[in-house]
Amino acid sequence: MGNLLEVKQLTKKFGGVTAVDNVDFHVGDGEIVAIIGPNGAGKTTLFNMISCFLKPTSGEVFYKGEKLVGKQINELAKMGISRTFQNLQIFGNLTVLENVMVGTHVKLKTNVIGAGFRLPVFKHDEELSYELSMNLLKKVGLEHLAHEKAGQLSYGLQKQVEFARSIVFDPQLVMLDEPMAGLNDTETNKMAEHIKEYKDRGHSFLFVEHKMVTVMELADRIVVIDFGKKIAEGTPDEIQKNEKVIRAYLGEEAI
Amino acid sequence: MKRLDTTLYGNRWKPIAVLIAIILALPFFVHSPHWFTVLILIGLYSIITIGLSLLLGYAGQISLGHAAFFGIGAYVSGIFTTKTAMSPWLVIIIGMVGVFILAYAIGIPILKLKGHFLALATVGINIIVYVLLVGFSDLTGGPLGLQGIPKLNFFGLDLGNQLYFYYFVWTIVILVIFFSMNIVRSHVGRLLRSIGDSEIATQTLGVDVAKTKVAIFAISAAYASLAGSLYAHFINFIAPPTFNVNFSILLLIMVMVGGVHSIWGALLGTATILFLQEFIRFVSDTYLNISGQVEIVVYGFIVILVMIFIPKGFISILAGTWKLIRGQRNKITSEEKGIEHG
Repeated sequence: MGNLLEVKQLTKKFGGVTAVDNVDFHVGDGEIVAIIGPNGAGKTTLFNMISCFLKPTSGEVFYKGEKLVGKQINELAKMGISRTFQNLQIFGNLTVLENVMVGTHVKLKTNVIGAGFRLPVFKHDEELSYELSMNLLKKVGLEHLAHEKAGQLSYGLQKQVEFARSIVFDPQLVMLDEPMAGLNDTETNKMAEHIKEYKDRGHSFLFVEHKMVTVMELADRIVVIDFGKKIAEGTPDEIQKNEKVIRAYLGEEAI
Repeated sequence: MKRLDTTLYGNRWKPIAVLIAIILALPFFVHSPHWFTVLILIGLYSIITIGLSLLLGYAGQISLGHAAFFGIGAYVSGIFTTKTAMSPWLVIIIGMVGVFILAYAIGIPILKLKGHFLALATVGINIIVYVLLVGFSDLTGGPLGLQGIPKLNFFGLDLGNQLYFYYFVWTIVILVIFFSMNIVRSHVGRLLRSIGDSEIATQTLGVDVAKTKVAIFAISAAYASLAGSLYAHFINFIAPPTFNVNFSILLLIMVMVGGVHSIWGALLGTATILFLQEFIRFVSDTYLNISGQVEIVVYGFIVILVMIFIPKGFISILAGTWKLIRGQRNKITSEEKGIEHG
């Protein structure tokens, strides 16, 4: 199995503080990898460096062997990488369907002129975008909400819309920043189901999460970060038994 | 099966049919040249405000400099038709293409700015253009303005005739509405609105947000140039004060009063402000015996009231009324959708 994503000695310093310190790990093709760690461990910083929101102080990130550091955020989707956001970035004034349709952008070619004059490209793109989006909404069970304004939905549903939007263009690597945050148990299970289903379809996932039960259930491999450093890496079973991890989470006395 | 366009965005023909009916009906009631001038100006300014609504209402980017592009269009037409023998139609197109390219080039750096900073940068552009119009007096006539710009002639149809020009301008307005609506009801329209909601998420989906914003800025500038050219051929005399920042602000007021999230709002707002202008002039001249800049005070007051009480503009009242008439208070109707996405 080839490595889809490779993170090598990634480091980020903010002034005197080292938020991420020399972290190495990889995501294999078709794998689900979780990044966990106590609050303030540097997970989000790591996540933002991989998705080109932040420039690392040193280190490299490779996707299918290609360097990611220095790329523009919008270049990643074309390469097959998508991401969601911890604090949810939904298009509240657009309908659920339109939200997902925006997600099909990399498959479309319409520009202002093509749209304005309704050139053949317009019709082709509208139909393609509609079909892809509607099919996806059916798959994730949001079809009945297609024409609702996304901003008026519950938080749980909005999270699902964001997930749908991030996967509609068929990215190979999906990066989810706390996909379960703020969800109740039913919603959490549903989201976990979606992730598993899309893993079976061949997508790979890298996600940051606090809910340990879901992480243990979903992840093939877990990377544990504490104070910016990788302290452990392994299967859920290995991580649960790892002393360093227990110490980081529960404190010295727990051992 | 209904067409995809209608499924997503409702019926767009009804509002257009209503507009065409109004345009055709008005000449039966309006006879004075003065009122025809008002109707023509509403059409000309609408061309600009529709573009501003794309920029402000859909993409969420402000401009306080569109009077500059209006001015460039007017002066390109004015200069070339008075000093060369070029076809005025060709000049109009040259103006639009030129302004599109110019706005694109200006847009690349300034649309990186957000909110107040963008507003100030566009004011800057307006001031620069104003100063250039005054300064290049050999070409532009300077503060004295440019006289003797010819009337247009459309394949033998004399557009110096006010009625013909009225029909001509409103035909152009309808074409502009169509072009803009096509943009709004397309992937590009969705992108503009998603940029307004979350730039960062739009970017993550692979969209070159900067390029999209710049493209719509350039399109709206080209509209303003078109309006400027037609204005020059209509009034036949242009001078710099018409194209200063005050006019940019007035254009923005028109869009806000009508409702920034709809092309129809832009049209309604433009008509509202121009009729208001006439009304204020009439009342202050006839009854109060004052003249001059009374309008500005009233505009300011109205904008404050509209922003407080009807932040979505007059068009939202219209859409709501339609709902009431149809007795579908709780359902989003196809017509309402049509107004919203037009």
